[in-house]
Amino acid sequence: MSLWRRRPSDADPLSEAAPGGGGFSLPGLLDLLPHPVLALDDEGMLRHANETARAQFGDAIPALLRHPAISQAIRTLTPGGTAQVDLPMDVPVRRALRISMRSGTAAEPGRRGLVLLSLLDRSELEAVERMRSDFIANASHELRTPLASLIGFIETLQGPAADDAPARIRFLSIMEGQASRMRRLIDNLLSLSRIQMHEHRRPSGLVSLAPLARRVADGHEPQLVASGNTLSVEIAPNLPLVAGDSDQLSQVLHNFLDNAVKYANRPGRPATIVLAVQPSQAGVDPSGDGVVLSVADDGPGIAAQHVPRLTERFYRVEDGPAGKAGSGLGLAIVKHIVGRHGGRLTISSVEGQGARFAVWLPRAPVPATAAAAQRAGLRERT
Amino acid sequence: MSDTPRHIVSSYEQELNQLRALMARMGGLVENQTALAIQAILERNTESAQAAMEQDPEVDALEREVEARAIKLLALRAPLAQDLREIVSALKVTSDLERIGDYATNVAKRSMRLGPTTSDISLGGLRSMGRLVQESLRLAIDALGQNDKEKALDVWRSDKAVDEIYTAMFRELVTYMMEDPRNIGACTHLLFIAKNLERIGDHATNIAERVHYSVTGEMLPASRPRGGQPNVEAPVP
Repeated sequence: MSLWRRRPSDADPLSEAAPGGGGFSLPGLLDLLPHPVLALDDEGMLRHANETARAQFGDAIPALLRHPAISQAIRTLTPGGTAQVDLPMDVPVRRALRISMRSGTAAEPGRRGLVLLSLLDRSELEAVERMRSDFIANASHELRTPLASLIGFIETLQGPAADDAPARIRFLSIMEGQASRMRRLIDNLLSLSRIQMHEHRRPSGLVSLAPLARRVADGHEPQLVASGNTLSVEIAPNLPLVAGDSDQLSQVLHNFLDNAVKYANRPGRPATIVLAVQPSQAGVDPSGDGVVLSVADDGPGIAAQHVPRLTERFYRVEDGPAGKAGSGLGLAIVKHIVGRHGGRLTISSVEGQGARFAVWLPRAPVPATAAAAQRAGLRERT
Repeated sequence: MSDTPRHIVSSYEQELNQLRALMARMGGLVENQTALAIQAILERNTESAQAAMEQDPEVDALEREVEARAIKLLALRAPLAQDLREIVSALKVTSDLERIGDYATNVAKRSMRLGPTTSDISLGGLRSMGRLVQESLRLAIDALGQNDKEKALDVWRSDKAVDEIYTAMFRELVTYMMEDPRNIGACTHLLFIAKNLERIGDHATNIAERVHYSVTGEMLPASRPRGGQPNVEAPVP
């Protein structure tokens, strides 16, 4: 963390007690502020990021400070001056920020002393805007196919097949299928939009993944029986808690299992699906302690060229099994949930031998109270 | 403690910090250039393209300044151990960053020549690739700023995903060209754009390798985890 290292200095405004005494240091005061605030020194080095800023922006702070628009504004800020910058960020999650800064005045002429930056996250506003245009573009395109077939059947029922009872029964069941496909699509689009809207905000609950995985697996029992596939659940003991939203994490597993049930079995050969929850292994998974949720199958697998694009909305494997069309949104939803949790999604596949979908989630920071609660056997709190 | 030694030490520390600040500034610039260039293709935004191109001279100037300062530090301070590795790495990283800036400029230039014919070619692959590359670059520059060897390793591992998606895009674009020869012009530009993005990812990995060396003193194995093999394991954008 060399860029963050403190420089020895005689008059360090941050290490002095705040005026008025009372034993408050300036970092302590900044931490009390409910808004995210960064304090920089005269040379633009970060001296303190307050608690709210660390919670909301964490990893993104260095990238933020080196953004040319910001560093330019900081360099040209005059003593006592103010500036405001609007900034889009693409990674790790899309964000729109407004940054207001103000420089102090130092006793030495020409020096500024501290510069304070306050950050305002405008992602939600932008997300609503983008969501609307995306929704119209995607939904209209994807809804057109089932709608066209519905209209076709209605016309047939009104005309040539008006008095044909067997045809009517057959057509109505097809129409029901198409209509429920449209409903699923709309449900998925709405849930995707909701997730995207809060993607920039880290979830605050604590989740124990073992009971969650068992619950989701049990919920899939009827589907498994119907498809003839078998599911085995492997859960490692003593897993750490992860910071997360339990509904969303259930949805991740749910979507994985849905896909496995849908695509893993080949005609005459039911698949074996393995759901595993394990602690992450050093050197294999992303750095850092955490838990890996995975669903693996021994089905036909996915061709290499499709793997990196599976999480795009409405991306479908062209030569995929006919008649098994999903909404094309399941993995897109997973991607956004994982993004919100600061996790990592990995898809691996060998064609002809099966596929494995895994999500690494960072372990929750363990404050004293939570550690005590964990020992006391409190399993889940969301 | 007498005044003199403290003065010398702190001014050395200060010079080193200035070098780091310059590197961070350069990193921020090329990150922004890359983001602008990708935006220029995906959104047909000529202003972003222009902005990306206009930043190039500043990146070049910074490269020369970093080089000059690093050489001066080496000559006057004769640093040892991690400081020495850090300064030598800075010399190499700065040229990686400069190359990234060049590739981003090239992507921006090509985005302006794409023309309207590309509207029926899917840019989804390019979007995913752009995100992956931006993420690697951000992590690499974070690792550089914080001397974080774990982040460096993460970048090093994700290089494979970029390779994989590049191969997939290559196939896809060739298919477009075979379908309709009128697509050839646009697809050729897109191929070069994809290649340039792949190169940016490669240089980000170089930076990560140098950070790892600078922190630990150990070189990472020369053979990186490569994509394009039957067993595909890829972090997904």
